[in-house]
Amino acid sequence: MIPGQFEYARPANVTEALRLLQEHEGEAKVLSGGYSLLPLVKLRLAQPGLLVDIRDLDGLDQIIETETELRLGARVTHAAIENSPIVRARYPLLLDAASGIGDRQVRNWGTIGGSLAHADPSADWPAVFIALGGTIVCRSLAGDRLVPAREWCLGVFQTAIEPTELLVEVRVPRRPARAGGAYRKLERRAGDFATVGVAAVVRLDGAGRIGSAGIGLTAVNDHPFAATEAEAILAGASPSEELFRQAGAAAAAQANPTSDSHGPADYKRAMVVEMTVRALRAAVERALAYA
Amino acid sequence: MSTHHITVTVNGEAREADVEPRLLLVHLLRDTFGLTGTHVGCDTSNCGACTVVLDGRSTKSCTVLAVQADGSEVRTIEGLAQGATLHPLQQAFWDQHGLQCGFCTPGMIMQASWLLAQNPDPTEDEIREGIAGNLCRCTGYVNIVKAIQQAAAEMRAAGAPAEPAAAR
Repeated sequence: MIPGQFEYARPANVTEALRLLQEHEGEAKVLSGGYSLLPLVKLRLAQPGLLVDIRDLDGLDQIIETETELRLGARVTHAAIENSPIVRARYPLLLDAASGIGDRQVRNWGTIGGSLAHADPSADWPAVFIALGGTIVCRSLAGDRLVPAREWCLGVFQTAIEPTELLVEVRVPRRPARAGGAYRKLERRAGDFATVGVAAVVRLDGAGRIGSAGIGLTAVNDHPFAATEAEAILAGASPSEELFRQAGAAAAAQANPTSDSHGPADYKRAMVVEMTVRALRAAVERALAYA
Repeated sequence: MSTHHITVTVNGEAREADVEPRLLLVHLLRDTFGLTGTHVGCDTSNCGACTVVLDGRSTKSCTVLAVQADGSEVRTIEGLAQGATLHPLQQAFWDQHGLQCGFCTPGMIMQASWLLAQNPDPTEDEIREGIAGNLCRCTGYVNIVKAIQQAAAEMRAAGAPAEPAAAR
């Protein structure tokens, strides 16, 4: 497949990239790893006038843990997350998600910023950052704008980013003691997009109850979203299989899946229950082990 | 639309071309440079037949623009053999009957070369996971896995680098 015609620019720094996005407002698309955008451009589902390749921009490929948060640069690849000693030591939820994306080639080049900006309705990362209470940093010539992950996805391939903004970083709170997360994804084939994906984070209090929880769902709505009813059921409750199942049922009730080649809607709803239970089980186990 | 003058180091040799931004890397390699060892399979980032190693990281060259590779280093199947001596991976695919039709083979071998550069002594599971992005529709994977195991053992014994350039 041959893409339609477009112009290409490879700015040397962030300011130059932002200037291009401003000059070509609405016409330009940012090119990162290319594994989301180029397939769409080849199918001519996306026909940008200008691709702004951000590969030469410094400072966007770091994974940094501060006293209070974990920061992932927009150009961090799925493979870099998978291989990161910080992630392997303390953020198993990120490892779950990264290692389940596509295949090695895709993970070698596909980036977290690209995946978030692309906002496929079945993408893994938005659900993960919803569960973690993450923040997405959008930069424009006017400065930085912080968007909570819960307010990021708005519809099919639609996000809260403005055409003049560049997604530069994702931040999540540093993992506290007795907190844990897990991502469980049902897929038809290894490395496929999720049929149902559930990210769960629990923070246990001193008494072993769930102080607060985050649940992000993907592939069961026109965009990934927070299962707020399930989160409300979990808050303040003691972990148990029965509780997980109640939370799963609440998540399924909030889901809005469509029937397609991956299965009928009621099957997907049933799988939301099951994946929520499995994600919560693993999240609690990990929280208990992280004293 | 404008064209871009690009320089790409392919198998150690700097090559230049004037390309439209929409030209895919796989077409640059095949049509412009005449390196037809890299195959176009599904053309949708699934099958891995077009796998090459770009700046030390394997990629599906149907999902990369030629302009993105400006200033980069690409290794293709043509870069593996030393004259008439096959690369250990090529020899192992021959010895183990790792191919029938051969369509997936260049991508499979390039992915294996990247994999062995990362992990010179992979388990069978690690090999299978490592080539999950490369589809074979006739040989099946058993002999392909055997071939990669043979090559890995030979390369470890010889102390040979899997990927001569820019492994990281």
